[in-house]
Amino acid sequence: MTPEPRHEQRIAVELNGETHELEVEARRLLVHFIRDDCGLTGTHIGCDTGNCGACTVILGGKAVKSCMLLAVQADGASIETVESLAAANGELHPLQRAFSEHHGLQCGYCTPGMLMSAKHLLERNPSPTEHDVRKAIHGNICRCTGYAGIVESILAVAEGGSV
Amino acid sequence: MLLSRVAYARPQTIEEAVELLSEHDNARALAGGQTLVNVMKLRFATPDVVVDIGGIDGLDRIAVAPDGAVELGATATYDAIECDQRLAEVRPVLGRVASVIADQQVRNRGTIGGNLCSNDPTNHFPPLVVALGATMTIVGTEGERHVHAAEFFEGVYMTAVRPGELLTSVKLPPPVAGEGAGFAAMTIGKEGTGIVNVAARVRVNGTVAEPSIVVGCVAGIPVSAGAMEAALAGSAPTEASVRLAAQGLGAALDPPSDVHASADFRRHLAEVMAVRATLQAVDEAMR
Repeated sequence: MTPEPRHEQRIAVELNGETHELEVEARRLLVHFIRDDCGLTGTHIGCDTGNCGACTVILGGKAVKSCMLLAVQADGASIETVESLAAANGELHPLQRAFSEHHGLQCGYCTPGMLMSAKHLLERNPSPTEHDVRKAIHGNICRCTGYAGIVESILAVAEGGSV
Repeated sequence: MLLSRVAYARPQTIEEAVELLSEHDNARALAGGQTLVNVMKLRFATPDVVVDIGGIDGLDRIAVAPDGAVELGATATYDAIECDQRLAEVRPVLGRVASVIADQQVRNRGTIGGNLCSNDPTNHFPPLVVALGATMTIVGTEGERHVHAAEFFEGVYMTAVRPGELLTSVKLPPPVAGEGAGFAAMTIGKEGTGIVNVAARVRVNGTVAEPSIVVGCVAGIPVSAGAMEAALAGSAPTEASVRLAAQGLGAALDPPSDVHASADFRRHLAEVMAVRATLQAVDEAMR
């Protein structure tokens, strides 16, 4: 049966392992659903044009920019945000530790997106080259221009590196 | 950002999608959304209904036949095209081009169908599918029709897909013996928007045969470099003959000027990229 187009829709999204079921407007961007409806404000809005990557989350195992998706498109999907990285007891994820130790953040605004892009890269390619790392974060802009530290941090977590 | 009010439906089949697209005025197909959501933010597009084709089973399939013929489903992502090992064997140019579109996040969502249907003149896939001799399958309420890539692009942001229709797949003919393809682009930043791009396909059988060289970013639709193709056909597969054939290509074009490049610079780049793309194609053909 052909579905009827609707302006509002009830969606269920698994966010960091927890199901959020809410009625949302079809025009609502995924990033607003995550931040405003689910209260997870770790995912940042930088440019709102799809260029900066601060809003990067992992949807169905793939890094995506959550300002370039409608929330309704994520109905039934599983999403990981930056809040999923640290353990429940507060222990940081190896990527977070590496960013801290290798000066991978300055103002920190781009960091949630950088971390999620880095996580996606390392899941697909546990031993990336520097070129692979730079290509993986091509869609994430650090306006402090602190790329050297970010690349170093990600390489430190890669296989063979030390954290 | 708050978009204009819009209704949303997620059909399960191509038939349902076509029904939705044809029964609702101002309805648009939504695939990865990497173009459409942004143009909706800018209010360049304000559809009343978006029909999400991301839930249609099998529409993202990538099929490679034993003879090397390729069929790319409309919602196959750039990332899927880049990572497909079968494509890397029969049509390596597809993965190479897919791998330099925008960035990883966009490649994870953006689709071949969206790239072609948006027909942004700076996109990489339009000149490539023309050079490769692709055929598009378009489905409407009257059934299915097939449009050759050379007739698919009609103008800036306009294609042969009419309101109420859906592009469902892109078919590439099997490579013939001694065939190669290439692609070269000057972009804004390493993997950014195209300033000039050129796709080439040649067959080498002692000499160059049936060259197809197509220039993007210089007009509303991809432009075939007819004079260069004619000059190259029957020539030796050497750099000297490719360079000679490319001479005058730029002068025959009428590209736009903008902040990124003047028209004259684009004419110059067209020749440079045409040489690079053709040499890649020749190299692959002779391998």
